[in-house]
Amino acid sequence: MKGLSGSRCCFYMGFLVGTLSLYFLRQVWFEMSMKPDVLGEGQDSSVAALSKKRQASDSNNWRMEGATLINLNHPHHIGEDSSVADELYRKVRILCWVMTGPSNLQTKARHVKATWSRHCNVVVFMSSIDDPDFPTVGLGTGEGRDQLYWKTIRAFHYALEHHGNDADWFLKADDDTFVVVDNLRWVLSNHTPEEPLYFGKRFKPYAKQGYMSGGAGYVLSKEALRRFVEGFKTKVCTHTTSVEDLALGQCLEKMGVLAMDSRDTLQRETFHPFVPEHHLTGKFSKSFWYWSYCYYPIVEGPRCCSDLAVSFHYVDAELMYTLEYWTYHLRAYGYRYRYRPPLSQGLVERQAQTERPTVGTAGRGRTPAGITVGGDGDQSKAESGAKPLSDKGGKETLGKIPIDNNRTAVTQERQG
Amino acid sequence: MLSEGSSFVKGIALGGTFCLLLSLLGSFAPGMQSSPEDHHHHHIKAPTKDELQSLSDSQMVELSQRVRVYCVIMVQPSVLVYWSTAKDTWGKHCDQAVFYSSESAKALEAVDLKEQDEWAKLRKALKHAYDNAGDLRWFFVARPTTFAIIENLKYLILAKDPNEPFYIGHAMKSGELEYVEYQSGIVLSYEALKRLVNVFKDEEKCPERGRALWKLSEEKQLAICLKYTGVFAENGEDTQGKGLFNSKSVGSLIQDSMDKKNVDVVEGCCSDLAITFSGMSPNQMQVMMFGVYRLRPYGHNFHDSLIFLPPEGSDND
Repeated sequence: MKGLSGSRCCFYMGFLVGTLSLYFLRQVWFEMSMKPDVLGEGQDSSVAALSKKRQASDSNNWRMEGATLINLNHPHHIGEDSSVADELYRKVRILCWVMTGPSNLQTKARHVKATWSRHCNVVVFMSSIDDPDFPTVGLGTGEGRDQLYWKTIRAFHYALEHHGNDADWFLKADDDTFVVVDNLRWVLSNHTPEEPLYFGKRFKPYAKQGYMSGGAGYVLSKEALRRFVEGFKTKVCTHTTSVEDLALGQCLEKMGVLAMDSRDTLQRETFHPFVPEHHLTGKFSKSFWYWSYCYYPIVEGPRCCSDLAVSFHYVDAELMYTLEYWTYHLRAYGYRYRYRPPLSQGLVERQAQTERPTVGTAGRGRTPAGITVGGDGDQSKAESGAKPLSDKGGKETLGKIPIDNNRTAVTQERQG
Repeated sequence: MLSEGSSFVKGIALGGTFCLLLSLLGSFAPGMQSSPEDHHHHHIKAPTKDELQSLSDSQMVELSQRVRVYCVIMVQPSVLVYWSTAKDTWGKHCDQAVFYSSESAKALEAVDLKEQDEWAKLRKALKHAYDNAGDLRWFFVARPTTFAIIENLKYLILAKDPNEPFYIGHAMKSGELEYVEYQSGIVLSYEALKRLVNVFKDEEKCPERGRALWKLSEEKQLAICLKYTGVFAENGEDTQGKGLFNSKSVGSLIQDSMDKKNVDVVEGCCSDLAITFSGMSPNQMQVMMFGVYRLRPYGHNFHDSLIFLPPEGSDND
């Protein structure tokens, strides 16, 4: 009797042990198969794959000439009509050189490379040391604030010597400057590179015509650059101080280069020495040096900054990508911007020659009663009068507004 | 002894086989929490360009007249600045923006709900919105730190009939319940709101004070009530499947994308036609106005099928 119940008991125990152990074995097996790659090697392989992917996409868009990146494809968005931007890209060629250093490549310059510098015609990263991988040009200077003007002098000499024919305008920016290159082209489109001009955020002290803030970025025309280089050849200009923006401004003044007004048609600044939040929402304390430096009156609040802003400074990595997102990606569908300035006359004529005029056909008979379509400030009912557009036949209607002058845009509506 | 041992071994073998059989039948599958049904989200996508072009002019006119939004913006007197910022920024783009507060306060122009409980507040606000909608047919509910781009919302719902029930936003799942996340904004069509207001009267299905035992968040309460009326949560996405309703600020999402080491940080962040961001400070909202409605690269045009005009008398747009 005992033997029988004993073996039966053992059987049940065995059964229990078998079930439980298999269950836990399965659990463990499952977890192991579901677990993501063990961090060490998984991470490495994915990072390697990422950088390979990045290199592949980069090689389609960039041609490397020594340490210079020549842009092959102006970045485009699906579904956008960038014909005006493309025209400007061809006509207003910009070489962007970015002041950086070996210790900033991975923390700052890398983000510039991934964002706004892709919109330049030519990009050169200027450092004290050559780096063929990034790539950067080695200017043969040291690093640090006291080397800034030396770097600037050599960088501009390099740009003229190696790329004098690849660009019409030469932009200097820091590795914490964000530049909307397309808007810079708009600002420059009314001028020719044969004139000795330079644009930027204009400061007034220490130079009769003022000088441009280094951090906010500044742009020299080809003639201005020639004169700068000439100045050093003839010793009219020398390394006077390490305050690079002031020193450069004084040299250019001596060489007869004009400091220009880069504000938009509503007198709003385009080059900004601080981040957007500071200009839009900050109040500069009256004792702050900024008040006595600005050439033009400081405007606080929304009117500080042009819709077609060109630059911001003290931009960290997160803000670089955020600005790129705001500028080139995020938009309000169908929104008709309040500020719609015209293109320069010369470019408008060239545009008109290449495209069939569709001005005047737009809107005619397409706005039945009940839809509010008045121009700005003429909205009776709701705040957003939505007006339908027919895009059939590819005819551009109000999409042409940025090119046509405001008069035409309003006329289109009155016809409705 | 031997017979005991052998029965033990037999027991183990049988037990193991038993266990394997059961797991094969699926009930004991360890680790597999989600069944295929879990990914049965409803998705709402914005209309494509082709879809819009296939509509006649008169149809487009009709649609554009229909897509008008009543914004229900919840605020609190303790943080007055959120009320004034929403009023001064994105609220200007609503066809009607109405603020709802838990209590009244000087200088705060809002409907006083006289209520502290979040769910009760939401109920009262929605009831008030329904009663005062006029001829507006779409309702958007926002929290104090939410920033919304109403034009992109209109684009999403453009071809949807507000006489059908719609409950849209960032759809989340909790157990069996699918609900729209409150923080990233809730969109309700007129029909959905109508049904909701009706079921409010039913204390059994949709109690005002919630079940005593455990308190569900108001977003889940809303989902439950709507579910009784046959309205289900739908996830708003763009044509590429990216979510349009975000519970974080732009900066946070960009930072997340950077941390994930995406090849293209901006692509991996957010949709080009995003509708909401949340957790934004008042200053950040002002900067968003600049970033969305003003800052742009010259010479890039989109031939959208609708045009929305800027609000009257605004200097930050």
